[in-house]
Amino acid sequence: MNAINELSFEAAYAELEAVITKLESGDIPLEESVTLYERGRQLSEHCQGLLDKAELRVNQLTGDGRIEPL
Amino acid sequence: MPDAYSISELTTFIREMFEVSEHLQDVWVQGEVSNMKRASSGHWYFTLKDSGAQLKSVMWRSSADKQTFKPDDGDAIIAHGYIGVYDSQGVYQLYADTVRPAGTGDLYAQFELLKAKLEAEGLFDPARKRPIPPFPRQIGVVTSPEAAAFQDIQNVLRRRFPLAEVILSPTMVQGNDAPPKIVAAIERLNAHTQVDVIMVCRGGGSIEDLWAFNDERVARAIAASRIPVITGVGHETDFTISDFVSDLRAPTPSAAAELVTPDSAELHASVRDLTDTLNIFMDDKLATFRVNLAAYRRTLGHVSPASSIRNFRQRIDDRSTRLTALQTATIERWRERLTARYAALAAANPRSILKRGYAIVIRSEDGGRVATAKRVKPGTGLTIQLHDGELKARVEDKDTHERYKRTLF
Repeated sequence: MNAINELSFEAAYAELEAVITKLESGDIPLEESVTLYERGRQLSEHCQGLLDKAELRVNQLTGDGRIEPL
Repeated sequence: MPDAYSISELTTFIREMFEVSEHLQDVWVQGEVSNMKRASSGHWYFTLKDSGAQLKSVMWRSSADKQTFKPDDGDAIIAHGYIGVYDSQGVYQLYADTVRPAGTGDLYAQFELLKAKLEAEGLFDPARKRPIPPFPRQIGVVTSPEAAAFQDIQNVLRRRFPLAEVILSPTMVQGNDAPPKIVAAIERLNAHTQVDVIMVCRGGGSIEDLWAFNDERVARAIAASRIPVITGVGHETDFTISDFVSDLRAPTPSAAAELVTPDSAELHASVRDLTDTLNIFMDDKLATFRVNLAAYRRTLGHVSPASSIRNFRQRIDDRSTRLTALQTATIERWRERLTARYAALAAANPRSILKRGYAIVIRSEDGGRVATAKRVKPGTGLTIQLHDGELKARVEDKDTHERYKRTLF
């Protein structure tokens, strides 16, 4: 599993959904489901944090293919 | 009497003459609108005329609803459709499917030509349309940096999905030089970036202002783009060739920005929902475990050896109590017997007999015990033992009696 802080919103969100699907799929040992639950909580916080902190970045692509701030 | 057609037969014959003419089945005609009637059914009935002739025309609701341009009496228009016969009234008329203002006739003709050509090539095929990624990390924007449209786009993105990064690929968006610039801007994004989606946008304007987006080069660049393209050109009613080719058409630049992004407020809510699901699931799961655990413990209590162990322990206790009692009783019994023996013994002690007034008589000469009168004769020296001393005596006489036959011991 990747360090949660490095996950993009999309990846964290997708993993959160996957965690829930896995938990709901049934026979998971309690210990494992607790681990999954913890992971899910962290993913959720990470997602919320990313949304709260995000600021739109606007750059421009120059004629010779460089990306620079607008 | 000559053979005569019925009116219906003749009319059918005439109608079929129209129907076999390719020209009349796909025709553009120009004229001035008169007698425009928009029926409550949604169909349009009108007449097209010029100085020398007139043509009855009808546009069914299915086509009329799609027209962004609604002609009125006096308008010069070009109309597209086919010529057919209305049997019951014995008139031929134009069944129109498209109307345009006449002034832009040339442009529209070009437009229709190019549209037909690209459509025939399959560039509009729904199967070519790629999905727009739900969470774009980088969004390429092909537009003019000075345009209000670009500000609108940024505003929408900032509000809806500030996680995204915008990469503007600047270009002019109108005039004769615009098409190659737009093409280059699209190609640059494909060549130098990994943006998830490209927005090709221009704000509203006249039909001529938007014309660059009806350019074949632009349309082909959009079709060739490795990255999915969403178009947002002009206003809601403007359709460009680029719109047909792109993976998704938005009615305006702002709408395009909406369509390429999830709404972060919804995402917030969605993450909250997922978190709730997670918590509820875990609570339920733990609750289930607790309930099961309690049930198992009860079951375990029933089958546990502890209770039989308790039973055994009690039985052992019982036995041991009985054993102790038994032992005590035995000892007691023995003690009693012993006491009895002691008493008997004490009773048998000669000294105690002496105390009661009896005496032991010993022949002094040999110390022999004198238990019978027969063993002494007069003159025999005797030692008479009493309980507190001895007496020396001598037998004076003897007399045996039957009553002495019983010995003391």
